[in-house]
Amino acid sequence: MRIQVNGEPREFEENLSLPKLVAELNLKPEQIAIELNHNVVRRSQWENTLLQADDKVEIVHFVGGGSNQRQAR
Amino acid sequence: MSTPAVATSDKFEIGGRAFTSRLIIGTGKYRTFEEMKAAHRASGAEMVTVAVRRVPLDRSTESFLDHLDPSLAILPNTAGCYTAEEAIRTARLAREALGTDLIKLEVIGDQTTLFPDNEQTLEAARVLAREGFIVLPYFTDDLIMAKKLLDAGCPAVMPLAAPIGSGLGIQNPANLRIMREQLPDATIIVDAGVGTASDAAIAMELGADAVLMNTAIAEARDSAKMAQAMKLAIEAGRLAYEAGRMSKRLYASASSPLSGVVR
Repeated sequence: MRIQVNGEPREFEENLSLPKLVAELNLKPEQIAIELNHNVVRRSQWENTLLQADDKVEIVHFVGGGSNQRQAR
Repeated sequence: MSTPAVATSDKFEIGGRAFTSRLIIGTGKYRTFEEMKAAHRASGAEMVTVAVRRVPLDRSTESFLDHLDPSLAILPNTAGCYTAEEAIRTARLAREALGTDLIKLEVIGDQTTLFPDNEQTLEAARVLAREGFIVLPYFTDDLIMAKKLLDAGCPAVMPLAAPIGSGLGIQNPANLRIMREQLPDATIIVDAGVGTASDAAIAMELGADAVLMNTAIAEARDSAKMAQAMKLAIEAGRLAYEAGRMSKRLYASASSPLSGVVR
C-alpha cells in the first residue's frame, strides 16, 4: 500500500504498525515524534496504530537552529 | 579566569523552573559541534533553543540532542513555520518528542525580513496555551500585542530588538522601556537582533528579564569569547537596572564643592 512519509510517497506491506515503519526506515525511535494525518501519535500508542493506504505520516527530530532565510519552503 | 560577578539575589523563572542565567542561546550557525559546545559553556546559559525538522529518510543521522550539555534545559522552537497551523503541529510534535511543555513560538510572516506574523502568532498562542503549553512567543516590540499575548496565557513575551540575524541591536529602546513600564509584572525576554555585548547590556538596562540570542555568538569570530562577553554584559546590565541609574541632566553638575579652590 502507498503512504506518504515526510512528503514522499512510499510503498509498504499491509499491516504496518508505527514501530514497524520506524524500523523499516532504519530510524532510532528515541527523540523522534510522529504525526499521522495531522495528529500527533503518542509513543504509547505507536504499537496500536496501523497505517492505511494514503495515510500521511510526518516523522520529526530536533536539529540546531531557529528561523533563518536559508530554510527551504 | 574572571572573578565571579556580584550575584543578583533574584532568579529568572519560566515554566516553574528558576534560572540563574538570564541568557538563553541558540544552536544554529555554528561551524562545528565542538565550537557550539564551547560557546554554550562560556555563555553560562542554562537554556538553549532547538528546531524541529523532518527526519531525513535517505540517510541515518546522529541525534543532535546528544551534542548538547545534558544540564541545559531544552526550549524547542517552531522555526520555519509560516502559519499558526504549522506552528501548532510543530509544537505538539516537539512536546511529544521531548516531554516538555515549553515552546518558543515563532511564526514568520515573510522570508526576507523574517519578521513575525503577529496575527498568526496570537492565534497559535491561544490554541497552545489552552492545550497546556508554556508558550514563549516571538513578536514585534508592540505593547498592544504583548498585552494580547499575555492575556492569551503566555507566561512571557519575546519582543524582537531587530530582525533575526541582523546584529543591529535594540532598534527601538523607547518601545522596550514603555513595555517594561506598562507591564511591570510581565516577563520580557528580548529576542533577535542582538549583535554585540553592549546590545545585550542595553536590553537588560531597559528592564528586560532575559535575552535570547544565537547569531551574535555563533557568527562572532571567536564565539566562545563573545559568549563570555554576553554573559558579563547581561550580568552588568541587570545589576545596573537593579541599582537604579542616575537621572540624565542637560547641564553639568559639579561633584566637589565650589568654594575653597586655590586661586
